Amino acid sequence: MPILTYRDALTEALREEMERDPDVFLMGEEVAEYDGAYKVSRGLLDTFGDKRVVDTPITELGFAGLGVGAAMAGLRPIIEFMTFNFALLAIDQIVNNAAKISYMSGGQFRVPIVFRGPSGGALQLAGQHSQTFDSWYANVPGLKVVAPATPADAKGLLKTSIRDNNPVIFLEGEMLYNTKGEVPDGEHLVPLGKADVKREGSDVTIVCYAKSVAPALKAADTLQREAGISCEVIDIRTIRPLDTDTLIDSVRKTNRGVIVEEGWPYSGIGAQLVDTIQREAFDELDAPLLRVTGADVPMPYNKKLERAAKPNPQKVIDAVKQVTYTA
Amino acid sequence: MTQVQTYAGLDPARTDFYRQLLHRMLLIRRFEEKAGEAYALGQIGGFCHLYIGQEAVAVGAMAALRDDDYVTSSYREHGHALARGVSARAVMAELFGKATGCSKGKGGSMHLFDAERNFLGGHGIVGGQIPIAAGAAFAIKYRGGDQVSLCFFGEAAVNIGSFHETLNMASLWDLPAIFLVENNRYGMGTALERASAIDDIPARGASYGMAAEVVDGMDVLATYDAMQRAVERGRSQKLPTLLDVNTYRFVGHSMSDASHGTYRTLEEVEENKKNDPIGGLCGRLLDEQLLSHKDIEGIDTEAIAEVEDAVAFAESSPDPDPEELYTDIYYD
Amino acid sequence: MATKVIMEALSPTMEEGQVTKWFKGEGDKVASGDTLAEVETDKAIMELVARGAGVLRKIVVPEGKTVDVGSLVAVIGSAEEDISSLIVAIASPPDVAPSNGDSAGDAAASTSATSTPPSTGDGARVKASPVAKRMASDRGIDLASIEGSGPGGRVIKRDVEGAAGAPAAVPDGAAGGFEDVPLTQIRKTIARRLGQSMGPIPHFFLTTEIDMERAAEARTALNALDDGPRISYNDIVLKVVAAALTQHRACNAWWQDDHIRYFNEVHLGVAVAVEDGLITPLVRNADLKTLRQIATEVRDLAGRAREKRLRPEEYTGGTFTVSNLGMFDIDQFTGVINPPEAGLLAVGSMVEKPVAEDGQIVVKKRMRVTMSCDHRVIDGATGAQFLQTVRRMLENPMAIVW
Repeated sequence: MPILTYRDALTEALREEMERDPDVFLMGEEVAEYDGAYKVSRGLLDTFGDKRVVDTPITELGFAGLGVGAAMAGLRPIIEFMTFNFALLAIDQIVNNAAKISYMSGGQFRVPIVFRGPSGGALQLAGQHSQTFDSWYANVPGLKVVAPATPADAKGLLKTSIRDNNPVIFLEGEMLYNTKGEVPDGEHLVPLGKADVKREGSDVTIVCYAKSVAPALKAADTLQREAGISCEVIDIRTIRPLDTDTLIDSVRKTNRGVIVEEGWPYSGIGAQLVDTIQREAFDELDAPLLRVTGADVPMPYNKKLERAAKPNPQKVIDAVKQVTYTA
Repeated sequence: MTQVQTYAGLDPARTDFYRQLLHRMLLIRRFEEKAGEAYALGQIGGFCHLYIGQEAVAVGAMAALRDDDYVTSSYREHGHALARGVSARAVMAELFGKATGCSKGKGGSMHLFDAERNFLGGHGIVGGQIPIAAGAAFAIKYRGGDQVSLCFFGEAAVNIGSFHETLNMASLWDLPAIFLVENNRYGMGTALERASAIDDIPARGASYGMAAEVVDGMDVLATYDAMQRAVERGRSQKLPTLLDVNTYRFVGHSMSDASHGTYRTLEEVEENKKNDPIGGLCGRLLDEQLLSHKDIEGIDTEAIAEVEDAVAFAESSPDPDPEELYTDIYYD
Repeated sequence: MATKVIMEALSPTMEEGQVTKWFKGEGDKVASGDTLAEVETDKAIMELVARGAGVLRKIVVPEGKTVDVGSLVAVIGSAEEDISSLIVAIASPPDVAPSNGDSAGDAAASTSATSTPPSTGDGARVKASPVAKRMASDRGIDLASIEGSGPGGRVIKRDVEGAAGAPAAVPDGAAGGFEDVPLTQIRKTIARRLGQSMGPIPHFFLTTEIDMERAAEARTALNALDDGPRISYNDIVLKVVAAALTQHRACNAWWQDDHIRYFNEVHLGVAVAVEDGLITPLVRNADLKTLRQIATEVRDLAGRAREKRLRPEEYTGGTFTVSNLGMFDIDQFTGVINPPEAGLLAVGSMVEKPVAEDGQIVVKKRMRVTMSCDHRVIDGATGAQFLQTVRRMLENPMAIVW
């Protein structure tokens, strides 16, 4: 299997889906001539021309809404936000239109659109360019929210998202673009709403996704080696719809859970997962579910402060030891 | 200041067309009167924005469209839906929240949709529909079609970001879109000149290099004419147009406020009522003896009957099945 | 703040209790810990003590009346306090099982009626993780008997696993001295197949007849020594059985569904007939006690058993039971095992009968004993070997001190 970066896996997905379906087009800031601010759309302009790879003015609300209208009229837009930090300018179109038009129209209109772009904490970009809004989108019925952790999942999930008949928020890890991994050639589709057990274990379930998968796996390694604690690492991959079954099956086995996410703790994704787990598996729990999250602060610029604000393997290890009463 | 376009002279050969315009306007008028009644009786809930006084805009504009064109509108869109050909039954049932409504009772007054008629909905957020209309225009161009995408919004939306962002893109990319400003002078209770540094709406179009016209929106034929020019620009040149269609709403902003008293006077409202778009068209048809009083009465009776039927239909229609609560959220 | 006095679960199996006597009357001053009333449970007469101080304001359950565990029995409060709401809230279902906490006032009552009472003896709530609660409930373990190792003493999964199979309200004693041995395949198969063949416990029985001449001589000699408590034949049997069990650990065991627990300590149950049934108080560590100690203890236990004054820890946690119907002139009988124990020895009456000895007919004191074995734990030969030791010891009492 070829080894690709997460970035190239995404490019491959875009290229394959644009080849497959002439109604698919890519629109966003710097996606065409500049080859993409993060080079995810590299080479696509040359292949597909400026009709299907469209540079936009810096008007997130405008081109997000334009995408919704194009989707209602039958196209399958992929709207790239240079980063999801800027998608806040478009949130009215995403929440009020993309997510609701199917429902408000009694199912007459569908909005097959993908809003994608880098998301999550970056390096020393401070308060406005380094943040995680996963829970904002996951809160909205009508949206699907996808956040791949590996190159293979990035490709497989993006292809599935483009083919989905609903608005999909596709959150790429800004810090994951250069990570490498095996990626299946050609038709590799990963279903939405299906978690992936990244590592099997018996003592504690670590739930994670996107950028939090790596620290979770690292913590699991260390815990096994140094403390003999066997961690099951579950990458939910799709935040909405959530693969509750995989999650609950695992907790039934381990009786303990730690949830790792990059975002802020208050009303975060982990809060939702805790709710789901306590509701579905209350009698299986041996300890309170613990969350490892980003700090409840705007992202600081200073390197040391920034490091302290993000989840890391040690924080995961500490949480696992608490829930296994081995602290 | 751009010249207001007016219409001169009727063509006897087109009497049937005029009759249709009159019928549509009367249908909307009678429909809205009845909707106001039903609202007062508690049969219609939520927000309800009536279109009385502005009928010529929807009817004149829509008359210039083909069935395969796209229409997007705001929350004051009962008239737009009816003018687009959505049945009075489906619209009234939607206002009543019934399963037979054009949005299955899930949208209500502000969210009328009809996929069959490319009616992309009533939208509740001021300006929210403007980029959507541009998206439909983008899709038309993408596929090499010759349709146009018409977008209705009020004059208060010309200050919102989506208006500017969309006009810029539509002009930049030469999209076949028509941005029709339904200028009834007041955004709720705030007059345009109290909210806009520049109240010359066509000047807004000029700033994006977009053709613009001021239109007498109390004159259905003038509106129709201006729309025809805009449609032609869209179909053949793939260029957008901004229309500043001057009109007046005879009723309050919504059901919860009076037609006058705070931001406008009774005198002003009464003065404008003299310029009733329906009365205007009737007067000209009578003057030129294209229709008789009896003809007009007949048309009105027909409209009233259609509305009565729509109310009876809405009343007797079932509520949505409780299971509908969880359908249509995702499209399989 | 008024305190509700509820019918407490005073024994592990208690579902209802009868108030047999009130020691305090309405209006009496009450201190926390005072004995309020005497309650007869399924096994014994127990004391109901006050969990709060004040005045005994209201007796809800009069003497002689039986109510479910968790029911309101009385109210303690200050002299002026209005307690009517407390009484009204509970008054309706005094004789029916408590509902599942449909009002706040009922919550305490209904929870304490569940199979694993979550209350410790001092009335504090047992903190336990949900899975620990479920596991304890599944296994019939009283959470209050488990020491929690989690934060704030929370009982967690591993604590329940550690206490797996311990009886409800584990008394001191049974805790340390045992070894859990996982089931082998063949053991599992035997357990399954025999279980299918006969009731929940696959019994089998071994009978032997024992020459009691020497035991009788020894007993006469011992009782002639002084005026101390007299030694009965049954005491001698108990002493012998305890000694034999130390040599045959395979018979000193519990069936635990997924494993067998072999005890290193011997806690002998002594079946005692009481007015309306049977109870088996324990001689703990019987193998370590002298005959005289055993005699004294059994007399005390039997007496209190008949008065229903045994405490739960005095009759739970045994490892083997001896049942003697000799005094009723029963020659031999088969006893029913007291689970989770795996064995029981049923002792018949000692009779003089002619026996052939060295080709001569002679008259001897003989006694028949029958051992009931749980075949899942004890196989035929294992039981037979144990019984052989018992017999040898009784026929030559000096063997006890080997």
